Amino acid sequence: MSSPIVSITAPANPVEDFLRTDRMPHIWCPGCGIGTTVNCFTRALLESNTDLNKLSIVSGIGCTGRVAGYTNLDSFHTTHGRAIPFATGLKLASPDMTVVVYSGDGDLFAIGGNHLIHAARRNIDLKVICVNNLTYAMTGGQTGPATPLDVITATAPYGTYDPAFNLPYLVEAAGAVFVARWTTFHVKQLARSMAEMFKKKGFCFIEVVSPCPTLYQRRNKMGDGLDTMKFYKEMSKTKHGAPTNEVGLTKSGEIIVGKFVDRERPDFATMMNAHLQHELGDQYIQAEGPVCG
Amino acid sequence: MRLTELRIAGFGGQGVIMCASVIGRAASIVENGYATMTQNFGPEARGGACSAQLVLSPTPVLYPYVVQPDLMVLMSQEAYVKFAGDIKPGGTLIVERDLVRVQELNVPDVKVFAIPATRIAEDLGRKMVQNIVMTGFFGAISGLLERESLCKAVEDSVPPAFAELNRKAFNAGYEYGMKHLETGALELGEEDPVSVSE
Amino acid sequence: MHADPVGVLTGAHFLDGDHAACEGAIAAGARFSAGYPITPSTEVVERFSHRAPKIGATFIQMEDELAASIAILGAVWGGVKAFTVTSGPGFSLMMEHIGYAAMTETPCVFIDVQRGGPSTGLPTLPAQADMMQVKWGSHGDYEIIALCPNSPQECFDLTIKAFNFSEQYRVPVFVMMDEVVGHMTEKVVIPRAEEIEVEPRRWTTQDKSSFQLFAPCGEEQTPEMAKAGDGYQVHVTGLTHDERGYPNMTPAVQDRMVRRLVSKIRDNAEKICLTEQHDIEGADVVVVSYGITSRVAQRAVETARAEGLKVGSLRLITAWPFPEHIIRAIAPKVKGIVVAELNLGQMVREVERCAGGQCRIAHVGHAGGTVHKPEQILKAIQEVAR
Ligand SMILES: Cc1ncc(C[n+]2csc(CCOP(=O)(O)OP(=O)(O)O)c2C)c(N)n1
Ligand code: SF4
Repeated sequence: MSSPIVSITAPANPVEDFLRTDRMPHIWCPGCGIGTTVNCFTRALLESNTDLNKLSIVSGIGCTGRVAGYTNLDSFHTTHGRAIPFATGLKLASPDMTVVVYSGDGDLFAIGGNHLIHAARRNIDLKVICVNNLTYAMTGGQTGPATPLDVITATAPYGTYDPAFNLPYLVEAAGAVFVARWTTFHVKQLARSMAEMFKKKGFCFIEVVSPCPTLYQRRNKMGDGLDTMKFYKEMSKTKHGAPTNEVGLTKSGEIIVGKFVDRERPDFATMMNAHLQHELGDQYIQAEGPVCG
Repeated sequence: MRLTELRIAGFGGQGVIMCASVIGRAASIVENGYATMTQNFGPEARGGACSAQLVLSPTPVLYPYVVQPDLMVLMSQEAYVKFAGDIKPGGTLIVERDLVRVQELNVPDVKVFAIPATRIAEDLGRKMVQNIVMTGFFGAISGLLERESLCKAVEDSVPPAFAELNRKAFNAGYEYGMKHLETGALELGEEDPVSVSE
Repeated sequence: MHADPVGVLTGAHFLDGDHAACEGAIAAGARFSAGYPITPSTEVVERFSHRAPKIGATFIQMEDELAASIAILGAVWGGVKAFTVTSGPGFSLMMEHIGYAAMTETPCVFIDVQRGGPSTGLPTLPAQADMMQVKWGSHGDYEIIALCPNSPQECFDLTIKAFNFSEQYRVPVFVMMDEVVGHMTEKVVIPRAEEIEVEPRRWTTQDKSSFQLFAPCGEEQTPEMAKAGDGYQVHVTGLTHDERGYPNMTPAVQDRMVRRLVSKIRDNAEKICLTEQHDIEGADVVVVSYGITSRVAQRAVETARAEGLKVGSLRLITAWPFPEHIIRAIAPKVKGIVVAELNLGQMVREVERCAGGQCRIAHVGHAGGTVHKPEQILKAIQEVAR
């Protein structure tokens, strides 16, 4: 197996402050893309000057789900698929908090798919980072809702034949106000995109196409982490504003990256407060955040 | 107050539950007795029919349901057909005169009292208070609760702006009832008040 | 601490159990609820959605019960008191988050208005058949607290109690209503705010560098809390974790953690177990019941006593933890115990276990859909007394 593309334990790493160093080493395999995304995330926090006491991170279950546990933030590792509804409760109870949801494609789009589309519909002010490794990695590389056609997985030994979701298209249709996609090759762009997203109000979504050399690439004879980086470099094309219905992923075809959607729509809390204020006038008491004891 | 089982029934929009709830309030909150109200939910509560059951008692109500009502207030023909036959022998039926055609029952000694509650309410300017007219009538006919208790429960159950109207409705029903107590109950199938026994 | 007067509707009301439970939650300080409509519990959140904007609270209707049951946990870690409400199939969907709440020691309240099952069953009619599910429904070893009101007044009182226990022990607490209690309307007296005891969340004041989110404190073995934004950088996970909250997959940590989750409730069971007992001293037969069935059973008990039988009654206000000590004390002194419940044999198993063969146990089961006829319970009393 290849060595990690980016080591998040390197002593000189400027992002160390953001990590729970007492929990290192992490569980991720060499060549895994998840660590790279965390690196970008911490750089984005640094660059955007976010108040770390006012930022929480919520994960579901999966290899990506472990991210919450390594960040030195208020961090919640919830149940499989339910990061978004947990984050919804957290955000509504604590309106000043920036709430980041960090999870995998299976967690967010299969078992949690219903929550995702409803949170996007309501435009809950959540920043969703989806590490799309095109498989259920934590459980051993089974087919997921984002696995492209003709891919070998642990549960599709003869190749997949059920079509995958095009994540940006789905999320845009459901109502997200910010939708972008990068790969783990695009570290600068990804970090910048994340920083931009922290400042945007409403349901925001970044898909990070990321290698799982251990279970996806190897099974499909696509090489190791480094080969995947080469593949990303060759096959990706930046097209900001690309119509999301044209950005679906295939096994070895083009990967369209960029910021696809950036639009304005009042978020859930704004709508709620404005509406109740209008209907109830002076009788309306807006929830102020933490109120117990 | 004595242990009494009541059923109030009619169609949706007549204020059946409100009528039951006013009686329950009067018994439990104003008079400090005990009252337990249950409603029918689900498929049988769809399609317009609406019914509430009440148990009034001087001691805590243990069994929550009405088994055989001592008294029923029936505000529609459908309710009459469905429930009237369940009345306890010797019990009292109170009906909306213009909406219910009283028919023979297989139960002995049932007394029937009728009031054109909807018409009286319309005369007061609001058809919607017919349930409160009914409540007043019930108060007079049953004698179960003090007039003032029921009237207070009515006032406590409506927004202040409607208190006056509802008080009037209650009094109209109550007085109609007092008059009819003097003349006696209706005979089943008849228009005029005479006592009924079978 | 006393209740916040903003939420308290002091006075005598004529309310059904669902509405009363909502008022109890508000009086207890709940300022967040997430729900998904299901009969016969929906009235609780309908009322909350009406009340919330006027008391600085938030209601959100989620996309399903999985979402509702974890949104409340997110809200709790955001710093508020929160609850959800459901019935039947919705309760089945919530099981995973009962385990998550127990594991992460998230104080919260679930209200289950029990209806007939299995599956869609009897949406509008009563049962008491979730009594084992509430205790054992999520996987793994854990303890919860479950309370069983038998009147709208108790729906108010015990919902407050549920919130208080949840804060005291950092545990999910369940108000196990039934359709009859939820839908029956009776007088409910809401005291003045200063007469309502409310347990505040036990926010930590410990040093940021050394505070441990899962280190037991005091007799209750319950850790103090910090919320997101307090600067403690808490980590909360459903994985087995050490006192800092960090995942640790060793049998030793698993043993320590699970034992504490269980013992904080078991060791304090006598304090948590609320019961109502009548005439148990000298009784030949004791009738055990809870929820609406306790009222019907009381009627049977009164009839039996009028017939000259020596009958006592034990009402379980707290069903979980099960009041083992009380059954153990009664069993050797009576001919038998009659257990009446709207299911085909749930809490009776606990009674049998604790009675340990020392007296007869007669179960008066009922598949639900209505309440027992008092005569059914009376017959069992007469048989056991013979
Ligand atoms: C209710 C439930 N079902 C199944 C699982 C097992 N499980 C754990 S992670 C996972 C898939 C994760 O896939 P993904 O979200 O794509 O994350 P990745 O591991 O690929 O980062 C599954 C099915 C679980 N934890 N809970
Ligand atoms: S299994 Fe795949 S996704 Fe999981 S850590 Fe290893 S490489 Fe990463």
